[in-house]
Amino acid sequence: MYDKTVRRRRAVLGLLVACSLILLTAYFGESGGGALHGVQRGTSEVLNPIQEGASRALKPVRDLFGWFGDTIDAKGQVEQLRRERDRLRSEVLTNEIRKADYDRLSAMVELDGALGLEDKGLKTGRVIVQSATVWYATVRVDKGSDDGVRVGQPVINEKALIGRVTEVFGGAAQVTLITDTTMKVPARAGRRGEFGIVEPASAGNPNDLIMKFTEPDAGIRIGDRVATRGTEPDDRAASLYPVGLPIGRVTRIENEGTDTEEIHLRPYADMRSLDFVQIITDPRGGER
Amino acid sequence: MTAPTPQLLARLAGVGLLGVVVQTAFIAQLPIAGANADLSPLLVMAIGLLCGSLAGGCFGFGVGLLADVVALQTLGVSSLVLLGVGYGAGRLREARDPEGTLVPIAVGAAATLAFGIGFALLQFLLGVDAPVSWALLRQLLATLVINALLALPVYALVRRCLQGALPDDPRRRRRRAYTTGGLSPLSRGVEIRR
Repeated sequence: MYDKTVRRRRAVLGLLVACSLILLTAYFGESGGGALHGVQRGTSEVLNPIQEGASRALKPVRDLFGWFGDTIDAKGQVEQLRRERDRLRSEVLTNEIRKADYDRLSAMVELDGALGLEDKGLKTGRVIVQSATVWYATVRVDKGSDDGVRVGQPVINEKALIGRVTEVFGGAAQVTLITDTTMKVPARAGRRGEFGIVEPASAGNPNDLIMKFTEPDAGIRIGDRVATRGTEPDDRAASLYPVGLPIGRVTRIENEGTDTEEIHLRPYADMRSLDFVQIITDPRGGER
Repeated sequence: MTAPTPQLLARLAGVGLLGVVVQTAFIAQLPIAGANADLSPLLVMAIGLLCGSLAGGCFGFGVGLLADVVALQTLGVSSLVLLGVGYGAGRLREARDPEGTLVPIAVGAAATLAFGIGFALLQFLLGVDAPVSWALLRQLLATLVINALLALPVYALVRRCLQGALPDDPRRRRRRAYTTGGLSPLSRGVEIRR
């Protein structure tokens, strides 16, 4: 009896193994349109609706499991994502700073080209110290006598004239801004290029300059550009500032047409956010 | 060894069909730790342990064939491997009749490992020329762990499904022996008193 059982068992096993191998060989050997492939496709088509129904019926359960899994995964990812967020935030910040630097330097190069300042010994420096008071009077840049910087040289940023050098050290220079009450800049404004002196309208206001000593009938209008006058042929002394450096735009005129006419202008340069500046170490370069 | 009853055959077919449908429609779409559980070797293992080598082998062959058909894989690959898994589990039951509660876990893990390795070997023999990647090994290991955790509930569920239809349940056999005399020390005591 035992032998019979064992024989039967082995026979069935052998038969099934043989079936498997025959199936495998036949399936593997036949083309995609063969009989076994056809049977497989047919059976699949019959079973597809059952699978689809089961899949739909079990979707809520699957979603529930998925929700648990996602929650666990999400918790595991929180720390990693936080680190990544911090890293990316820092990268974005760095990139923004670099972009701002790039924009400023590009604008500066453009201004140099437009004003023909390339042959005036430009030294590009960075503001390392800015006066911490509301007077916005001085800044210190990282270029000094070692770089050919001397007292009196005009300083511009990417937009306009910002001041002149008043102290020089080996590797740094102090720049007094045009918003400082001691500063006076000879300038021209209007279509006829009327002469005047630009000085701060009030201490501590970096957005308001005043142009004095203009002729009452100069014809200066709101919106006119104001730029440095430069040196005229009949001047007894050469001006510190080359001709045509932009200073600002006329915003309002007080006592218009009188001897006490005051032309207010807003400087192009924002004195509160100076970063890169250029010192014109040879203001008369190209003129000699 | 008695021939399986039609009731048992029907239940086995139901378990097999349900198992393959649940596997493809639910379990396969539920990744756990980057891998999926695989019910097929667990079901085959459970049938082998409960019904013996012949039923285990036949069930493995059938489930494998169905799985190959449904997944549009090469016919015969899963059937050949699962046939061996079911037969092995059945032989274990017939030769050793292990009784420990944790037996299904160990046998389930072994069945999963055997199925994974056997399936991969056959695939390579059939001409898959891609090298074995670490990802495959990692997935195999993850499936092994998940299946080991699932083995006990799957075994209990299958046993419950087949309850009453098993012709030669070892536990029932032992219970019958105790209650019908002969083996029970209690019944022996009763005979002595008489």
